Order: sequence, then C-alpha cells, then structure tokens
Amino acid sequence: MKRAAILLGAGVLALTGSIAAHSGQRATAVGPVAVNDAAVMEGLPRTLAEFGFFADAPAQAPAARVTPYRLNTPLYSDGAEKLRFIYLPLGASASADGEGLLEIPVGAALIKTFAFGEGGVRRLIETRVLLHRADGWLALPYLWNEEQTEARLAVAGARVDLVTPRGEAISYRVPNKNQCKECHGLAGDVIPIGPKARNLSHAWLSEMVARGMLDRVPDGADVLPLWEAREGASAADAARAYLDVNCAHCHRPSATASNSGLDLRWEQRDPAAIGIMKRPVAAGRGSGGLRFDVVPGKPEESILTHRMASAEPGVAMPELGKATVDPEGVEAVERWISSLEP
Amino acid sequence: MIRLSIVALALASAAPVLAETIAVEPGEGAQERLQEALILAQPGDEIALGAGRFELADGLSLDVDNVTVRGAGMEATILDYTGQQGSGEGLLVTSDGVTLRDFAVENPKGDGIKSKGADNIVYHAIRVTWTGGPKPTNGAYGIYPVESTNILIDGTEVSGASDAGIYVGQSSKITVRNSVATDNVAGIEIENSRDAIVERNFVSRNTGGILVFDLPNLPVMGGGNVIVRDNLVAANTTPNFAPEGNIVATVPRGTGVMVMANENVWVGQNLLYDNPTAPVMVIAYPLPFEDASYNPYPREVTVAWNAVDAGGTDPQLEGAEQLTAAFGGALPPVMWDGLLDGGAEYTPLRVHPDLKGWSLNLTEQGKGMAGAQPGPLEVERPGQPISSEGWGASADLEARIK
Repeated sequence: MKRAAILLGAGVLALTGSIAAHSGQRATAVGPVAVNDAAVMEGLPRTLAEFGFFADAPAQAPAARVTPYRLNTPLYSDGAEKLRFIYLPLGASASADGEGLLEIPVGAALIKTFAFGEGGVRRLIETRVLLHRADGWLALPYLWNEEQTEARLAVAGARVDLVTPRGEAISYRVPNKNQCKECHGLAGDVIPIGPKARNLSHAWLSEMVARGMLDRVPDGADVLPLWEAREGASAADAARAYLDVNCAHCHRPSATASNSGLDLRWEQRDPAAIGIMKRPVAAGRGSGGLRFDVVPGKPEESILTHRMASAEPGVAMPELGKATVDPEGVEAVERWISSLEP
Repeated sequence: MIRLSIVALALASAAPVLAETIAVEPGEGAQERLQEALILAQPGDEIALGAGRFELADGLSLDVDNVTVRGAGMEATILDYTGQQGSGEGLLVTSDGVTLRDFAVENPKGDGIKSKGADNIVYHAIRVTWTGGPKPTNGAYGIYPVESTNILIDGTEVSGASDAGIYVGQSSKITVRNSVATDNVAGIEIENSRDAIVERNFVSRNTGGILVFDLPNLPVMGGGNVIVRDNLVAANTTPNFAPEGNIVATVPRGTGVMVMANENVWVGQNLLYDNPTAPVMVIAYPLPFEDASYNPYPREVTVAWNAVDAGGTDPQLEGAEQLTAAFGGALPPVMWDGLLDGGAEYTPLRVHPDLKGWSLNLTEQGKGMAGAQPGPLEVERPGQPISSEGWGASADLEARIK
C-alpha cells in the first residue's frame, strides 16, 4: 500500500492548505472567485475546494463562469435535491450538435451536488465532478463532512445513513470512481450524461448563447417534458423521457448493459429494442417470473416496471444510485405501458 | 502547488516501472480498502487478498488493465456478499488482461463475478457459491464473462446459480475446463459465442448440464464452433428453479448436453450418466421470434462417441409415459426435434452409430411440440474430425497459471 500512503499524505497536506485558503476567502469575500484551471486539468485534488468551483461551497454559491442549470426530466437519486453546474473556462464555449449531448470543450467541468433536507436544513452529501481533460473526461466523487465545511475525494465511495424526503431511512451509496464509469462509460470512454439539448430548456440555452458560452440553440432542444408538468405531456413522452434519462446511459449500444439488447434511448423507435415483447437475456431472478420486458397494456406483466418497482439488489433497476423506488417514475412508465395497444 | 506535485509524483511513480504487490486483509473497512486498492492499482500490479472473510456491503469493481487479484485459496479467502446492499454483481471487471485466482465469492445478490468487455481474462481456482443450495432467489450467473474475446476459465467451482453456474455470453475464443458446476439450473452455458472449448469438467446435480445456445435479438448472434469433450455430466436431476421468463427456465430437468441453434458443434468423449430426460438434446430455438438476422436451427452438429446409459428413463417432456412406452421403457440417448432450415443446404446432425437416438420430427419452428411425430433417429454418421484450430483461449493465458 505504498502508493496509497503517499496519496494519503498528500491528502493531509491538501486538507491543511484548503482550510487556510477557504478561511481566506471567507475573510475577504469580495469580488468573483476564479476557478483553479490547473486542478481541472491535472492531478487528483483531494478536496473540492481546490477546484474553486464555488464562491461559497457550503452555500453552493458558484464562482465566476460556473453556471447552474437544470434538466427538464432529471435522474432519480432517492429524492436527493441536485444542484448542477457547468464550468467553462474564459474564452471557451460549448457547441450544440442537434438534440444530443452538448459538446463541451477541454478545460470545462460539470459539477453536481447531492443534498437532502433535514428539518428545513439542507445537508450536502456529495459533490460529483466530471472534468474534461486533455485525455478525456474524468469522474471523481467528493464526500461532504458532517460539519458541512468541506468535501473530500472518496475514490472508493462511501455509505451515508440518511432519511429521504419520503421519510425512508436508507444507507445512501456514494459511488466509487469505477461506479461513476458504469453509468458514464460509452465504448470505453467516460462521457457526460445529463446535458443533452433535448433535456435543457430553451430559456437556459438562449441565455448561454447570449453569454457567449454556447454557439446556438439547436433544433430538437427542449423536447423532453418538464418532469413536474408531465401530466400535460403524452404518456409516451413522459415515460420515454424518464427511461432515456434514468436507464439509457447503460441500456444502449456500447454501454454497460449493451449485452441485454435493450436500448431505451429517446431516439430509439424499434419496438423490440425498447423492450416491447422482448424476452430478457440475463435477468435471472430480476425477471420476477415474467416473460417480457414490456407487455403492451399490461404493466403488471412487464419486467421493466417490476424491476423499477424493486429496491432489492439483484432485482432493482437501476443497479446503481438507487436505494429506494421512485413511485413517480414507476407510475409514468406504467401509464405508458397501459396506453400501448396489445 | 506543492501538494499537487506530490500527488502528481505519486501517480507518475506508479506508471509502468515496477509491478507492485498490494496486500489487502479482511476486517474493519475491508470494503473501502479493497475497492481503493482496485482503483489505485496500476497495470502489472497484483492485489493479494489475505486469508479470511471479507464482509462486503457493496459490489466491487476493477477497471485497470493487466491486474492480478489473488487470494490465499478458494477455501481460504472469501468475499462474502451475504449483506450486500447494492450493485448487480459481486465483482465487476471491465478492463483487459485481468487474472482472477484463488478466492471465493459467496452469496452475491445478483451475479457472482461479471467481466464485460474484458478481453484476455483468466479465472483460475475461483469458487462462487450460494451457500443455501439451489434457490430461485439466488443470483443468476456465478462466473459471467460477456462481450469479451479470449477467456480461460480453469479449475473453478460454482454452485447454486439460478441461471447458469458458468455462463459465457456474446464472446469468442473461450476455454472452460477442469471446473466443477453443481446445483445450478444450468451447469455451464455457452451462449451467442464462437470458438469455444468445454473440456474436462464435472457437471452434476444441475437441471441441465452443459448448454450451447444461440438466442435472437441480441447484439452478438451466430453462435458456433464449439467443442464439448471429456466432461463428466452426471445426475443432473435437480428440478428447474430458474425464475420464469429466463430461457433456462424452459430446460427440462435431466438434460445432459443441450445444443440450441448454433452451427458446427462437436460433442464427444463425454461420460453422460443419469440425465433422465436426454443425455444429448439438439433442438431449434423453440419460441416465436422476430429477428430476420437470426438462424434458429442447429447446423452441422456432431454427436460423436460418448459413454451413455439407457437415456431418457424419466423424461420431463409432454406425453412422457406414452413416449417411453413406445421406445421400450426409455428414450434413446440422443434427442433431436427434427427441425430443418428448409431453404439451406447443410447437414443438421451427425450421430455416432453406437448411439441410439430419436426425433420429435417437428415440422414448424416456434410451435412447441405441436405436430410432433416421434420416431427413431435416422441421420448421418460423423465424417472427418473437425478442426478446432484457433478455438479456445490462447496459450499465453494458460501460461499465466503455470
């Protein structure tokens, strides 16, 4: 464990350094805080503070050129409140290539903090960063301390006991570095998942264009329904948006669940590929004794909803990032399956 | 910047200079310590797992090429997932050139060890056990390489899987040998894969012994070039306990070696005893399907000489009583469904003249047993031995375990 010991030593140094830096910021809190581009580009910063993504990290107040955003339909994470930010270095801008992922330049970063409310007080649990470096994207998880003063790199992940907004006491899983790749991996590379033009609002995209941080608002932007307004969308759109955001990062060609043959991307139109009357291949007990992924008109006979409605490892889908069932997601997908003509 | 350069130095010093051995012992914090070692390992490193029980609440994963994970023996080092709270498998490997050896995985909630897109992998002296015996609540696969090329599985032991003990899917260049697969639904399964050698295994107390399948609607199809030889496939009489919906849930208990779809499969020199539905079963994919690129028929299948008993003495088939009566008390050892790809020119099945067989003489794929007109098997005898050059794992994988 020689190397680990060295890293650990470096971590202690980093800790002392960052506390000093942080209290310095607090003392002089004037003017915009600039992001540390060197930390984005190299090394394994041991604390979140080293990046300088936040003017006030505990308050989640972003630094200059760190822009908050939201997704129309978000990924369910046990009901966590999620604070998303994109950082673009000075002079860099993203470009839009159709409805899919924004093309985000080297030197940029995506930052996502997971928080749960407790008695009206927000508790930060973890902040995940995706750094676009010269050799590709790097995903790193940072775990917040009890005192909520600092988040430290947790390459091996962690478990945190907490209570979800629905009142369920869970052991919340902070993913390890490899698990980041299980969802973010495509053909061996790590890529972002969230910021697809189709799942970002027209207003936000326009503002980014106005600020010179995006080249254009592409066709096909802002087509996924707003999750909280999904009742106004068609059953198919709400469900397919949910499946795209919650499942398709694995269930698509060249990704973690490619061998299942199930492709739940929004743009996939082949009924068999999205599970309609498709038999499972490696579901094991996850099949729940059911024969097909999706049986039109019969959510109760569909493996898709059976696995979504389970929190048991080995049955539950998604396999990662979920300790509790998302009843809203299950309901939306059941509504869609019920609407399909048998 | 001082601290950054120390980190950078730590990372740089670990580049391909000298392979290290990183020891990880069981006990307090084993989950984090072991996972951290798996993440921080550098190509060429060996992670040495100490003797004892690692109590794990989450799946582990390895994504670094050319790493060896070595325990103190499959009875000494145990990764215990009895209290697992997350992940779809015990250990997930997604990097190439990995060697896993000399440890056990017990009671994973999903699959045991899954390696996906992990080429040139060796599983040696690995044990995966669901300690409660056959149960539908056990995980699906014990040892589970998928979408990979060049796989050696040697000297492993797997029991209790609710699907297949050793399952190789959508892969090529595969050797499964010297392994023990008991108390699973399927002992060993080669699915949608090519260039595979399954030899010298002991396969017993499963529902079905060795399955060679090709299934539709998958990214990789067209299974074939499979040899099944020198295996002891005996007493596979465990009632099927697979959850319905899985293809293996349709395998009758008492199946020895089963070939479904596939081309160019050779089954010979096995001891096939007490597999009372069929010592050898060769059939087309039985279900309706919509996938124009899929061929549901077995083609060029050879059943060479195998040591067999009376055959289907207690078949789990529709109309078993009449069938066995018609054949004088037991169904002959080789069973075929008789289905042919009408448009193509090929030999579906060759059988050694010493082996008796029977055919359902079905005429239509996807219609179940409807229209069956059972009768004695009349097919060609084997021709020249097939060449297996280029099949199986490469020699350098074998060299790793010498």
